[in-house]
Amino acid sequence: MTEPQVTPPVEEGPGETVASRFAFYQRAGGILTPLVTTVFAFFIGGLVVLLITHKNPFSTYKAIFNGTGLNWFFPWISHAERVNAAYNLQSTLLLTTPLILTGLAVAFAFRAGLFNIGGQGQYAAGSIVGVWVASSLTGLPGLLHIVLGIVLGALAGGALAGIAGFLRATVGAHEVITTIMLNWIVFWLAGWLFGQQGPLQTSRERSLTQSNDIAQNTHLHVFWGNPILQGLHVGFFIALAMLVVYWVILNRTTLGYEVRAVGFNPEAARYAGIDVRRIYFLSMAISGTFAGLAGVIDVLGWKFVLSVDDIQGQAGAGAVGFLGIAVALLGRNSAVGIFFSALLFGALLNGTSDRHLDPTVFPPTLAENLTLLIQGLVLLFIGADILVIYLWRARRRIVPGKLRSSST
Amino acid sequence: MSTYAEPVRVAASRLTQPRGVGIAGIFLGTLAAWLALPPLNSRTVLWPIFVGILAVAAGIWSVSRGAGRVGWGAVAAGILGIALGSLATRSSVSQLDTVVVWSALLASTLRYATPLTFAAIGGLFSERSGVVNIGLEGMMLMGSFFGIWGADKTDSWALGVVIAIVSGMMLALVHAVFTISLRADQIVIGTAINFLALGITGYLFTDIYGARGIPPNVPEIPDISIGWLKDAYFIGPIFGNLNLMIWLSFVLLILSHIVLFKMPIGLRLRAVGEHPRAADTVGISVYATRYLAVLASGGLAALGGAYLTLGFIHNFDQNITGGRGFIALAALIFGKWRPFGAFAAALLFGFSSALGDRLPSYFTAGSSVPQLFNILPYALTLIAVAGVIGRSIPPAAIGRPYVKQ
Repeated sequence: MTEPQVTPPVEEGPGETVASRFAFYQRAGGILTPLVTTVFAFFIGGLVVLLITHKNPFSTYKAIFNGTGLNWFFPWISHAERVNAAYNLQSTLLLTTPLILTGLAVAFAFRAGLFNIGGQGQYAAGSIVGVWVASSLTGLPGLLHIVLGIVLGALAGGALAGIAGFLRATVGAHEVITTIMLNWIVFWLAGWLFGQQGPLQTSRERSLTQSNDIAQNTHLHVFWGNPILQGLHVGFFIALAMLVVYWVILNRTTLGYEVRAVGFNPEAARYAGIDVRRIYFLSMAISGTFAGLAGVIDVLGWKFVLSVDDIQGQAGAGAVGFLGIAVALLGRNSAVGIFFSALLFGALLNGTSDRHLDPTVFPPTLAENLTLLIQGLVLLFIGADILVIYLWRARRRIVPGKLRSSST
Repeated sequence: MSTYAEPVRVAASRLTQPRGVGIAGIFLGTLAAWLALPPLNSRTVLWPIFVGILAVAAGIWSVSRGAGRVGWGAVAAGILGIALGSLATRSSVSQLDTVVVWSALLASTLRYATPLTFAAIGGLFSERSGVVNIGLEGMMLMGSFFGIWGADKTDSWALGVVIAIVSGMMLALVHAVFTISLRADQIVIGTAINFLALGITGYLFTDIYGARGIPPNVPEIPDISIGWLKDAYFIGPIFGNLNLMIWLSFVLLILSHIVLFKMPIGLRLRAVGEHPRAADTVGISVYATRYLAVLASGGLAALGGAYLTLGFIHNFDQNITGGRGFIALAALIFGKWRPFGAFAAALLFGFSSALGDRLPSYFTAGSSVPQLFNILPYALTLIAVAGVIGRSIPPAAIGRPYVKQ
């Protein structure tokens, strides 16, 4: 390279993967970019509130914040406030639990350079199998029944994503397309399974398009709060444990090393003797297992029953599985980052739900859509890394392509 | 390579040629007709239709992969197979009744296929220029809300359609700025676009219309009634009274084929999608081409959305597109990134939606089995991208941001 200013062609490097690009941004931006991105997205969301509804954005955000229950951590609030905040916080953490898992699902595939956009389908597959196991086989003892449901549900998600991984590994079909198709296949399959006269439809009422209720002894134990008001169940700890598992697999095992190597540069990994096709299949399967786990934990933890509307209504972009993409990207695919971004999105979802947002401050039906807007903005900004591209390049005079060309 | 494996390999490669698939399609079409006859005597209409659809799919497949004559033969065989098979299964009903049912079904197929056609052709432009458009769904949703909102506010469906197109293009502009200029990942941004569209339309819909919903007197896109065709046997009920937008989709289809494959600008577009560096070298502006293509895709997807609310459903609800943008994406891929292929796939997928909508009357009341027909588009596309047989191979430079040297 004679001229230092020349930008290496991005589209010609063999090591050009999404994972390597994000890894660069991660090193370049550190913890600052996700924070600034979030603040920026909230700022624009606040502008929307101000311009369209003429409400005070600060009081709106404050009401949303109080709805999340995060003020429970403040030492100065009164006892009555604390009781209410505890209840709100339990709901927030209930939503955070699946978000951690779907975030891990997206992140794990990301680390292998794959884009698992089918988290929602894998979540649905996990919950379908979970509800089927937990509502049938009623003779089993509680703990065994729960473990069986969780394992089978997680495997269902893994199997679904495994199909996409297998197709990528063998015939090179792009995982984005295959996972989208698999998503919709699952959504419509659920319509048949739980629909009228479907094989898994409830035996209680013929016009109800839903599953049977899961057995009473398969409900996950509520360790904080009132089980009737749905306090926080032990699935939260499963999600936390999975964060550790994720970190250990990636950083302390051969498999994780190979996954990261393939993610950075599949060609180089192949030269190094790594079976890239095996890694593609395995990382998709593991990724789907996380998402399936999210589905089954939600069913055993607080849903207890699945309806067709529940699954097909979730087909839109606003659902847990799709949010996993935002969680993973904002969390920069790291275990700690995923925890905090899942908490952020869980809080946002919960704080704007009609059960928790003060309707006199801001109408919750509008706020739910505001959440979608903020999610979209976060994705937009984090996906583009505007801040990194401009600020960092201005400071160091480097471009993203440079790093890649030297590493290949 | 061992010697005795050679003939097997040759036979397999013959079978996996588009021609082989087409011939298999013709067989399937014949099978569909035969299913209802002795000795099989299928008494439900489901099997002939199912096998017939597979035959049509095989036909479209081989047509869009170069084996025109055999492919169209398979399509025809499939359609005939469905018609004959279902005629035979419903022999107790008078024939006139069946004709009415079928022409209604085909008209309904066109109605379901049209939004898909618009969005798929939109996606075609974007993807042919090398920009993945997962955001089709969102752009369609924008069009469907702003179309009906514009028609309500201006009291004119034409202005509503224009506003819809503009709204779709605005969202597409966001996609273009982020993916082309800022070189962000196209799939992440596409996902963000879907979130944004859901948020924007949901927010405005709740804010403006709230619980009252869309007023009933919003002007609608008119149907074109063709007097001399209306009373024609069988064809009349299908084409005699179609919506304006359906005719427009036919025009668009032919236009886009001409633009993409017969005009210099189409060649430039495809060059940018296949090898941007080479296109840049000969003086084609990669950025400008991609911007135009993405904007066109947003406008067209929004047009499909506007048809959905103004010409088809006549109402709006949050997330009304319900995955149609993704079906359009599937049609685009199944049709191998070609206008007529995408249109044929949209027709096929529209047919399966129409069946899912109308078939329940054939089953015991309220059965959920027809839901399975909705799986067909996705399953077929999955096979198309995965299959060793005439695989769908995207434009070479798709998904990669371009950096000008």
